[in-house]
Amino acid sequence: MKFAVKAWSKSGRARVGSLQLGSCPHLSIEIETPALLLTTRKGLPVFISPDLLPSLPSPDSHLLQFSPLHLYAEFFMLYLSESSFAMGFACSMEGLSTKTISNIGGLHQMLGLQEYGFAAVPRDSIVCLPEHESSNKMGASFETPSGRRLIKPVEYMEMISSMKPNLYATLADEVPAWVSEKRNKASVDRTVRWLDDCLKLSTTGGAVFGSIVGGSSVEERERCAQEVARRNVSGYWIGGFGLGESMDKRSAILNAVMDNLPEEKPRQICGLGLPEEVLQGIAAGIDLFDSTYIYHLTLGGFALTFPLDRIQSSSDSQLSDKGSDNTKINLKATVYRKDTSPVVDSCNCYTCLNHTKAYINHLLNVHEMLAQILLEMYVFALIHNTHHYLAFFSSIREAIRDGKFEQFRQKFIDSRRDHLFVT
Amino acid sequence: MNRLKEPTLSSRNGWSALILAMNRQIVTVVDGKWDYEGPMWDVAMKWVVILGRFNRARAAQLTLPHFTSQTPLFMPVGTQGTIKGLTTSQLEEIGCQIILGNTYHLALRPTSELIDELGGLHKFMNWPRALLTDSGGFQMVSLLHLADITEKGVTFQSPVDGKPMLLTPEESIQIQNRIGADIIMALDDVVKTTITGPRIEEAMYRTLRWIDRCIAAHKRPNEQNLFGIVQGGLDPVLRDICVKGLVDRNLPGYAIGGLAGGEDKDSFWRVVAQCTAALPEDKPRYVMGVGYPLDIVVCSALGADMYDCVYPTRTARFGTALIPEGVLKLKHQAMADDTRPVDPSCECMVCKNYTRAYIHCLVTKDAMGSQLLSYHNLYYMMKLSRDLHSSIIQGRFPEYALPSLSSVFFYADQFVCMFLQKMFPKGDVPEWVCNAMEVAGIDISSCCAPFSSSQDWTLENTQSKTF
Repeated sequence: MKFAVKAWSKSGRARVGSLQLGSCPHLSIEIETPALLLTTRKGLPVFISPDLLPSLPSPDSHLLQFSPLHLYAEFFMLYLSESSFAMGFACSMEGLSTKTISNIGGLHQMLGLQEYGFAAVPRDSIVCLPEHESSNKMGASFETPSGRRLIKPVEYMEMISSMKPNLYATLADEVPAWVSEKRNKASVDRTVRWLDDCLKLSTTGGAVFGSIVGGSSVEERERCAQEVARRNVSGYWIGGFGLGESMDKRSAILNAVMDNLPEEKPRQICGLGLPEEVLQGIAAGIDLFDSTYIYHLTLGGFALTFPLDRIQSSSDSQLSDKGSDNTKINLKATVYRKDTSPVVDSCNCYTCLNHTKAYINHLLNVHEMLAQILLEMYVFALIHNTHHYLAFFSSIREAIRDGKFEQFRQKFIDSRRDHLFVT
Repeated sequence: MNRLKEPTLSSRNGWSALILAMNRQIVTVVDGKWDYEGPMWDVAMKWVVILGRFNRARAAQLTLPHFTSQTPLFMPVGTQGTIKGLTTSQLEEIGCQIILGNTYHLALRPTSELIDELGGLHKFMNWPRALLTDSGGFQMVSLLHLADITEKGVTFQSPVDGKPMLLTPEESIQIQNRIGADIIMALDDVVKTTITGPRIEEAMYRTLRWIDRCIAAHKRPNEQNLFGIVQGGLDPVLRDICVKGLVDRNLPGYAIGGLAGGEDKDSFWRVVAQCTAALPEDKPRYVMGVGYPLDIVVCSALGADMYDCVYPTRTARFGTALIPEGVLKLKHQAMADDTRPVDPSCECMVCKNYTRAYIHCLVTKDAMGSQLLSYHNLYYMMKLSRDLHSSIIQGRFPEYALPSLSSVFFYADQFVCMFLQKMFPKGDVPEWVCNAMEVAGIDISSCCAPFSSSQDWTLENTQSKTF
């Protein structure tokens, strides 16, 4: 993996970078940062089947984020009866064994996505949620579809070595903002220790991103960042956000972390989803973001519509009765039943080129009748939302390069506030 | 000579196909362009041109207002203006020609009026190829409480507010007129083949009375082809009366209904064989609710052209894939470390990119699992349709073994035999299939193991009634 900063904003924190991933022998992906990592389930994008992926812009859409825990099947011994000393193997039904994954040849091969870059993060905001109360000094605990699981560094590295992602975050003990000082301090100690364990066991050639925690304590965040910065890692994964902390305090904590990290290595974060949060993160110096926000938006039937021009157009007051604001519309709303216009007129994503609001409205509402979540109900909305958010990131990069990032950010926040005053 | 207006005409340079008279119209090829002479028929919006045959099996070209398709063909069922699991672009990609829409569901949501207002179902879902809608009757009877059939129509309880409602033949056609599919189905009085007694006869005669009401109510005969449905249970006399009655009405196409509902396979193929023998050559024959690949091969051998079934997509949702050997249950624990593709002989993107192990970990837990299997299963069905069509045209449906230098490769070429050999490698082809192929005039002895003496199978037994 190679990373280089290409341009700085006037404030000196936000930056445009170039991330090159090349763990596949003859394949190199080059992506500009700040960038969006697409959410996946077991490695494949949610809702969007692999043959529809190429409809998203390239190479922007080629960074995928996944949780190895969700893909991994654990085998455990089950004693059938004491007297006969019989033992059987039971397997968690969720995933595959590391052996099978290795036999297939790793993640890229298994998913048929050789031209994509994979970033492994243990935490997945949809299916693998950190469960801090059950974590202990041996490992981190997560709530997964197959129950609560404790993952130790050695197990995690086994998964990583069989899956061979392009980059991976080390195992972290993430805690929400309200835990005690003592617990918070312990999380930093554990995370740094697990980082060392992971580094010792790392063999695959994927880039290691050291995990940084510390809750909402500036001191602990600084301490953790300093410790991690001392290690030989290729980048940093900033954890512990999106777990209930307040947005106001976040900037101070982010800056405290960034001040202690070298500029030339990439920084990844989870849990900053809304456009304002993304802008806040970029302003602090973050390069890579997860996209759980888009997933939840799509499930709710929302489509992103905010204008992407750097000069924000004036707000449209008539949107308020459609259950929407300047940023998004709710495609389930009855007002769209007969609307034969595309979701966003100027958008040239697959959805906007081929389908109407009326059709997507129908698909989203059909769910009530069929009582199942089917991919095709959401795929069009997700393709549009992903396309739109990727374009958002693209216009941010442009603003940074032109030295106008702070203006861009301010205008965006102002235009979102405007609609509240218009009625 | 008149020329049919676009887009039903497509010029085909260099065709030298066998052209049949369609009622009083003669079709000829002049400089590679289709022409017809004769009286302009209102209903003449599609052409059936038989491009090849083997005994009763036919390969034809079915020109519909929105698309020209090749038969035999399988039509996936899209319940809500969407096939469960695939987008319209994916369906096009895998070679889907006609999709079936369920009138009952569409009438409930988003309503046929809205679809009409927005320009028809094709435009609504952006499907550039052909559509077929059913009458809505079957769904009502099978899905709703207290659905009852009277001479007026199908009475049922509205699923929205419980009020009693009535679906008449007129109403069904009007709804389908609004939806705008290329082929629409008459409302028929369908009874399960497992029922016996006078109800079957009543249903058959009622179907004939209703077809006249459907024809009268049909407002768009220039753009939509109304197919009649042959009923009559398992009774050959009733079936015969129904066929004759429908043929008298000179419809654009005919469906064989009332099957695929639990009857035994032996009865099933005999009804299909009887109907295909009696229905006119120059109109398509559509066996409703079929189905399994084996059933489609047999029915095609007997002279049917079109099929529909929810089976491929429904079975995908339960983790089952269609393969030449039959089915593959991806949920099975044995799949967890099987690194082969679902079907090594399949060229679809699922089989080219994914292992059984990976799909195993997806099925029943992640929607993507049934998505990928639906894709593969429908691809499989489309390929089956293409193979049936091309093997009949190329004379490989099977061929008789003539002594020749290349006779060593001859048997490998016979589509039906290859199909049966893969599905029944031990030669245990079911007896009903053997009987049906006998009537179809197809020699499958190379794929059948010699019968054991315990089986009472003699040549006389298989000389079933000639149809």
